[in-house]
Amino acid sequence: MRYLPHSDLEIQSMLKTIGVEQLEELFIGIPENCRLPRALDLDGPLAEAELLRRFQSMAAANAADDSWSQFLGGGYYDHHIPAVIDHLISRSEFYTAYTPYQPEISQGTLQAIYEFQTLICQLTGLDVANASLYDGASACAEAVLMSLRCGRNRTKILLSRGVHPRYREVIATYVRYLDVELIEVPLRADGQTDEKLVAELLAADVAALVVGYPNYLGVVEEIDALAKLAHSSGARMLVAAAEPLAMALYRSPGELGADIVVGEGQSFGLPLTYGGPGVGFIAARQQDMRSLPGRLVGETVDKDGERGFVLTLATREQHIRREKATSNICSNQGICAVMVSIYLALLGKNGLPQLARDNYSRAAYLREQIAALPGYSLPFSAPFFNEFVVSCSQPAAEVLQRLEQQKILAGISLLDDYPEIKNGLLICVTEQNDRAQLDGLVSALNGGAA
Amino acid sequence: MSAIGSKGLILDENLLFERSTVGRCGYDLPVLDVPATQPESGLLRNSIEGFPELSEVDVVRHYTRLSTWNYGVDSGFYPLGSCTMKYNPKINEVVARLPGFAHLHPATPDHLSQGSLRLMYELQQALCEISGFPALTLQPSAGAHGEFAGMLMVHAWHHARGNKRHKVLIPDTAHGTNPATAALCGYEVVPIASDGVLSVEAVATAMDDDVAALMVTNPNTLGLFETNIREICELVHSRGGLVYCDGANLNALLGACRPGDLGIDVMHFNLHKTFSTPHGGGGPGAGPVGVSESLEPFLPIPVIVKEGTSYRLETDRAHSIGRLRTFASQFGILVRAYAYLLAMGPRGLKKATQLAVLNANYIRARLEGSYHLPYKQRSLHEVVFSDAGLPNDCHTLDIAKRLLDYGYHPPTIYFPLVVHGALMIEPTETESKQEIDEFCDALIAIAEEAKTNPHLLHEAPINARTRRLDETQAARKPKLKWDSRVG
Repeated sequence: MRYLPHSDLEIQSMLKTIGVEQLEELFIGIPENCRLPRALDLDGPLAEAELLRRFQSMAAANAADDSWSQFLGGGYYDHHIPAVIDHLISRSEFYTAYTPYQPEISQGTLQAIYEFQTLICQLTGLDVANASLYDGASACAEAVLMSLRCGRNRTKILLSRGVHPRYREVIATYVRYLDVELIEVPLRADGQTDEKLVAELLAADVAALVVGYPNYLGVVEEIDALAKLAHSSGARMLVAAAEPLAMALYRSPGELGADIVVGEGQSFGLPLTYGGPGVGFIAARQQDMRSLPGRLVGETVDKDGERGFVLTLATREQHIRREKATSNICSNQGICAVMVSIYLALLGKNGLPQLARDNYSRAAYLREQIAALPGYSLPFSAPFFNEFVVSCSQPAAEVLQRLEQQKILAGISLLDDYPEIKNGLLICVTEQNDRAQLDGLVSALNGGAA
Repeated sequence: MSAIGSKGLILDENLLFERSTVGRCGYDLPVLDVPATQPESGLLRNSIEGFPELSEVDVVRHYTRLSTWNYGVDSGFYPLGSCTMKYNPKINEVVARLPGFAHLHPATPDHLSQGSLRLMYELQQALCEISGFPALTLQPSAGAHGEFAGMLMVHAWHHARGNKRHKVLIPDTAHGTNPATAALCGYEVVPIASDGVLSVEAVATAMDDDVAALMVTNPNTLGLFETNIREICELVHSRGGLVYCDGANLNALLGACRPGDLGIDVMHFNLHKTFSTPHGGGGPGAGPVGVSESLEPFLPIPVIVKEGTSYRLETDRAHSIGRLRTFASQFGILVRAYAYLLAMGPRGLKKATQLAVLNANYIRARLEGSYHLPYKQRSLHEVVFSDAGLPNDCHTLDIAKRLLDYGYHPPTIYFPLVVHGALMIEPTETESKQEIDEFCDALIAIAEEAKTNPHLLHEAPINARTRRLDETQAARKPKLKWDSRVG
């Protein structure tokens, strides 16, 4: 039992101080009829070497090694992660610390989160951001609840069909037993949210219009026009960024009129890890600051007048007036938020836009090559960023299966989420896909070898 | 205790934005081997105003310095009651970073993700065995997220029976997030008073046909086992309600008691607490939820299914409460938790619980003469003292801040709410007798200082990175981001 420090002698001595003879006597508080009368039926204990072998064999059963070339996006993106990030977050003062309730010995985490809040504000073009939420979808659901709190008697949410399908499902889960109506807004033929329908559906009881930027299908929406519409009826404009790296290339949602911006920060330095942990971000305008869910770090001074940071505005939280709390959130994604900050600090003002431009150029190159192939077409004409939809002449599942034989994960079939797109395939490109991979995919789609 | 924690070399460090120098960048991109393309110019962003410009070494020094201002479990003892801060084994970090796990995209088809699915399935089975529940979801992202999932399932169960109920009973010794969760699910919260342990009578008085569920924390936030739990479950069931158990304190029960055997219908785990995954300065956590057979149809999607020797994620479930997060789980946290579980095995887990309870009771025995003990019953893994009787206007906050000078993270303070001026100590099993003795010596010395030299408590901390911080100013004039114009 390598994690347990007690020797038998120490146990005896401690029992003596307590005034009992056996460890079992300490469990006198558990009534006999509540005790488990047998040993647990579990594997182990395993030595470290045995453990490592067992986990290596499970990890090897995944298609995650370099022999695969992959074009999967859809809310999680394969970007290169600088070595610096793992090195720094492996410092145990970061990863083995608790929520910074004692600010005097938690200034490292507190300042790092304060910087995270600032970076998210700068990226989104908004005034305030919190210390992170679980992931993109739950952040989006919390933002919907927030817009309902801000909108008081408003009970409807307009939800673009372009918003990530999983985000839409999570929103539906969160409002399932509340008096809220979710209304879906269809997409136009070019892939953008249908403005005419938005105008028709907007009414005095709509709390928010939710739109992707880019949306799930890779399309860059016209946020400014949609925001003007939303504001004309007093609704909040809520933007859910599918790939927040796009904000380094395209105008920020805040500048275009968004009131709340949410997204998944995984793109910024977090490994894919089968979808989690990621980090949800949420930013808003000053007027809505007190309705923001989750943790906030604020600047203050200590007894000597020195700058310091603390968790603040906790009256919205579960500590005080527990049943009136704005949300039930207790954990955030602290270490993941620090990873995002390190990533953004490394790339910075010049590196991040350049990365975004390169991702765009690679995606544009591939998109053009595929469009020229027989049997494939591009259903959407609107601007895009790093992923795009292709319509195939065969079912997408068959195309994917065929390419799998050549160790290519070519994209995500849209059959279940968007059956209206004929044999739709969502293909994503990042800086990890070099020209040889892009040309290999084109050749394989065309029936050749990769 | 002769020396007060020594003062090391504390380096100053400005904010990232204040360190920025025009023209620096800490990252190089691969050569662009396709033609450069520009999208339509009207859409383009000019620059990211305020973003930092730093070299790699700037960034490394910045975060290395910040890390030295933090206290973690690897720095020392962290006796935070109800938060269960045990040692985080290092092999957990190694296995979570295996490329086969870390590089797996969540949209990879099931037949190419068998390793991850198998790990999740096996962990699910193990947690079912530990807790006594027949079914379980690994999806929730944290304890409070698990509470939310659990209470939604309670709601769905009543709904499916055409029986709409509006109230949830919550004892005063329940965990802090419980009332907020019930409110989030659209329920009215009815508090129940307890006398340390919840009585059957108190529940009987509050229970009626409009109560959807009782939310109980067991062992509760006083570290006491709810001795009447079986009778309470029977009573709630007889009136058509369900029982939710907050499993945050499961560290006291491993191998000793299975909540699922007691009549509890639904319970969340805090993997980051009981199963040793690091807290990371606030997260990520993971909050799986175990349920009884009757709640199984309502589990969130996706559900992991084993067919023959292969595994898949099932989404087609008519009664499910739906989805709670974008992808299946906080998978990286599950890997760490499963590594801990296998390293310990059934004997190790039981021993961990025994030693956690031993440590708590040892602290209780050593401090009983120095601090007021409001509940005399034998507690399990945590023990709650109070500041009652301390002289010279010395209070819980002063004790906590003075402990910093002695080199310890303070216990949870002013919680549970039922104890005025509470100091809630949870040592966990990974602290040795020496560590616990030194900690007790420090607390005893502080009680003595309160009598003889109280200004030491009122001025504390004097050796931390910062002196006592003004939390009132932070809340009154919120400054939540750096602003170049304000400076």
